[in-house]
Amino acid sequence: MNKQHSIEVVVGAFMAAGLVALFFLAMRVSNLSAAGDGTGYVLTARFANVGSLKARAPVTMAGVRVGRVEDVKFDKSTYEAVVTMRIDRSVDSIPDDTFANIFTAGLLGEQYVGLEAGGSEDYLKDGDEVQHTQSALVLEQMIGQFLFSKAEEGGK
Amino acid sequence: MVIEALSRLGRVGIDALGSLGRAHLLLSRMVAGSSEVVRRPPLLVAQVYNLGVLSVLIVVVSGLFVGMVLGLQGYYVLSQFGAEESLGVMVAASLVRELGPVVTALLVAGRAGSALTAEIGLMKATEQLSALEMMAVDPVRRILVPRLWGGIVAMPLLAGMFSAVGVMGGYFVGVGLLGVDDGAFWSQMQAKLDFDEDLVNGVIKSLGFGIVVTWIALFQGYDSAPTSEGVSRATTRAVVHSALAVLGLDFVLTALMFGN
Repeated sequence: MNKQHSIEVVVGAFMAAGLVALFFLAMRVSNLSAAGDGTGYVLTARFANVGSLKARAPVTMAGVRVGRVEDVKFDKSTYEAVVTMRIDRSVDSIPDDTFANIFTAGLLGEQYVGLEAGGSEDYLKDGDEVQHTQSALVLEQMIGQFLFSKAEEGGK
Repeated sequence: MVIEALSRLGRVGIDALGSLGRAHLLLSRMVAGSSEVVRRPPLLVAQVYNLGVLSVLIVVVSGLFVGMVLGLQGYYVLSQFGAEESLGVMVAASLVRELGPVVTALLVAGRAGSALTAEIGLMKATEQLSALEMMAVDPVRRILVPRLWGGIVAMPLLAGMFSAVGVMGGYFVGVGLLGVDDGAFWSQMQAKLDFDEDLVNGVIKSLGFGIVVTWIALFQGYDSAPTSEGVSRATTRAVVHSALAVLGLDFVLTALMFGN
């Protein structure tokens, strides 16, 4: 009886330690604590080109993360990319003339959506669309344009 | 001459298929008898102790060293690209996704799986299993089922400990010794690792490995020739087969989970 009891205690400690380890991984290692867990409100934006923007990419304002990209879809009638963003509920004062850009973190880093607040008094609500957008900078296109303009200069 | 070679090949094939079939029959009997764990919880507790608690030391120590090596090697490569801050991502992602479940499964196969096979094989060789049957006690339900479930319960917990300790080992080397920024180490890790995609998939993997490792160990013991030589062969086979099965299954699961 006594031995059985002590085994139970040790097994209980083992299972507790295992669960603590998994909890540690969930909270400290993965983004569970920072995840939006489906709350907040949704904004959409249309871009001519989203580059390599992916779902779960951060949405930032003034460099601070205020939400995440939920979905990137292709609109086959306008040939544009429709980006759905979930914004934290606490950030409820985004002006409706806000500018949405796609930036790259560092030269080779991941792409993210940067919102630049406008001056309007009216705020965006759930389901609204950000009207002013700027596409991602595609490095190859820029190099191409640069070479093209250089070639033009040389021709003159 | 040719006929003889053909018949030998045929016998190998039939033997392999036969043991595969017996293994699945045993698994289905174990699954069917799983209610035994609910009816007699102390049997399960004892097996979680045998398979889990007694493996904690080797798993935690290996996890620590694997994490520290990952920290050193990762720092060496990442510093060439000026991306030392991503060290946390690299260490945590490789531990949680791959190394935690796989290395834990290999360690458990070596430490606990072989012991299971030897135990069951000796029970068979000394006719303890037959004795149970004579007393109208089903040895599959009484002996094998608690061990299978013990392995299934213990494996994800051990893998979690392995990964957690490994991340701390990587933290110790990266931040403590090599001077990676403390905040960047954790924040990049949290930004890049996903709860569903990385952590839950890792736990699913280790559940699968728990089933496979204990199943193979139990089957090899249950199917062993009832002699001392037979038990020793079965023990070797249990370790080899579970290691191969874990690595093969890992590829399949990785392709399914992260392949898109």
